[in-house]
Amino acid sequence: MSRITTVLNALKEQNRQALIPYITAGDPTKEATVPMMHALVEAGCDIIELGVPFSDPMADGPTIQLACERALEHGTSLTDVLAMVSEFRQKDADTAVVLMGYLNPVEAMGYDTFVNRAVEAGVDGVLLVDLPPEEATEVEDIFKAKDLDMVYLIAPTTTDARIEKIGQSGSGYVYYVSLKGVTGSKALDVDDVARNLERIRKHVSVPVGVGFGITNGETAAQVAKVADGVIVGSAIVNRIAANADNPAQAQAEVSELMREMRTAMDQ
Amino acid sequence: MGSTDVERQKLNVYRMKLLGAEVEAVESGTKTLKDAMNEAMRHWVTHVDDTFYVIGTAAGPHPYPMLVRDFQSVIGRECIRQCDEQLGRQPDALVACVGGGSNAIGLFHPYLGYEDVAMYGVEAGGLGLDGDDHAAPLCKGRPGVLHGNRTYLMEDDNGQIMGTHSISAGLDYPGVGPEHSWLKDVKRANYVAATDAEALDGFYKLTQLEGIMPALESSHAVAYAMKLAATMDKDQVIVVNLSGRGDKDIHTIASLDGITA
Repeated sequence: MSRITTVLNALKEQNRQALIPYITAGDPTKEATVPMMHALVEAGCDIIELGVPFSDPMADGPTIQLACERALEHGTSLTDVLAMVSEFRQKDADTAVVLMGYLNPVEAMGYDTFVNRAVEAGVDGVLLVDLPPEEATEVEDIFKAKDLDMVYLIAPTTTDARIEKIGQSGSGYVYYVSLKGVTGSKALDVDDVARNLERIRKHVSVPVGVGFGITNGETAAQVAKVADGVIVGSAIVNRIAANADNPAQAQAEVSELMREMRTAMDQ
Repeated sequence: MGSTDVERQKLNVYRMKLLGAEVEAVESGTKTLKDAMNEAMRHWVTHVDDTFYVIGTAAGPHPYPMLVRDFQSVIGRECIRQCDEQLGRQPDALVACVGGGSNAIGLFHPYLGYEDVAMYGVEAGGLGLDGDDHAAPLCKGRPGVLHGNRTYLMEDDNGQIMGTHSISAGLDYPGVGPEHSWLKDVKRANYVAATDAEALDGFYKLTQLEGIMPALESSHAVAYAMKLAATMDKDQVIVVNLSGRGDKDIHTIASLDGITA
């Protein structure tokens, strides 16, 4: 059983939901990332989505675009990101780590090389925004042979037929994008999310995490009532950006937000 | 449109506005065509209920490269007919500039079955193919994935997309339509490059000798056609696709000539 599934099963038994933060690796510096990951775990997070910076983050809003630019300014590469996961694993064997990003850096490294190095580093799953399940057959076989979970996105516009396909191809969890838009959008409609989750669960047996538009304890708690996991990205990255010169302050503010969400979700 | 291109394509922007369009300048990334494509996709997914994605190049996610190719193929179909009527035969070579590659694929595609017709796609050689200041993924790049298609790209060893340089905004793109990548791999078409300086020379030659002012994009094709013609016999025929008029580039040319309008 993969680490992601172990984490999510344990939470389910406790009737709790996963808190899943996203940070861009190497933002604002390479040195800041691993301490931030440990701080996230300390604050109550269960799975970390670690962003692999890309020059053209098409699905991301300005917040994560700028995070990618900051990380690429000092050349954070996929190799660096894998080294960060290795370092994180020296002190943490339980928290699941999902690499999130775009296909081309993985393609450039080569799929076999990437999978071997990712598994060796302690990566548990991969979410490649611009790799739709229809195109992933070859990659999926390589990943699954090494028990690397494939996390897919489902949007409000995804058809039932496509959700069914994702249900068959995906593993670990699926990421439901709560609204039509890019990361960092506002105004999440919880009733709408609940209706869509009902539709998704008819075809998908793995847990469903919900992201986009979750900014505080209140929205996190609302989403936790209907989803298996709460995914938070831009709200965290905004705090990192605001304290780019002060990693300790960034960690403190991000930890505070995560604690607020964890407390609200567990009530 | 990237804000760099809004500046370079002032007259085109003005013309679009006259026709009633709202033109939004994109300030993200390198502020050129690739960033405009990123922003178009972001806008589309955000306003998907009331927005159509329409693109004028043969690159991007399926089925757009195919759609654009089929619409642009009017060029090649007309060319076949006109050559038949006016020459009584088909040309020996076709030459077209390639950025995303829509005008080139429009000319090439109807000719794929004509095995005696050679095809030359001319990329932007910028300041020269030895450095990084060009936009010639087919000549110097390698296959990768960007904007929903696998195609030749200008990328670094880590898979990050590189900035490009070309004197012409329309060729200033790090990728290329996937069908061109295929034509390169199966060796049906040849892909070459013309530098900024060669393109300018093509622009002046065609303007002064023929009274036809080609766009800076098309000037790359003109430049290569002149090189190619020097290697051919006098009774052989080359078709050069002029994908656009040079009026829009007058600002760029004038400032290179030291004239401020």
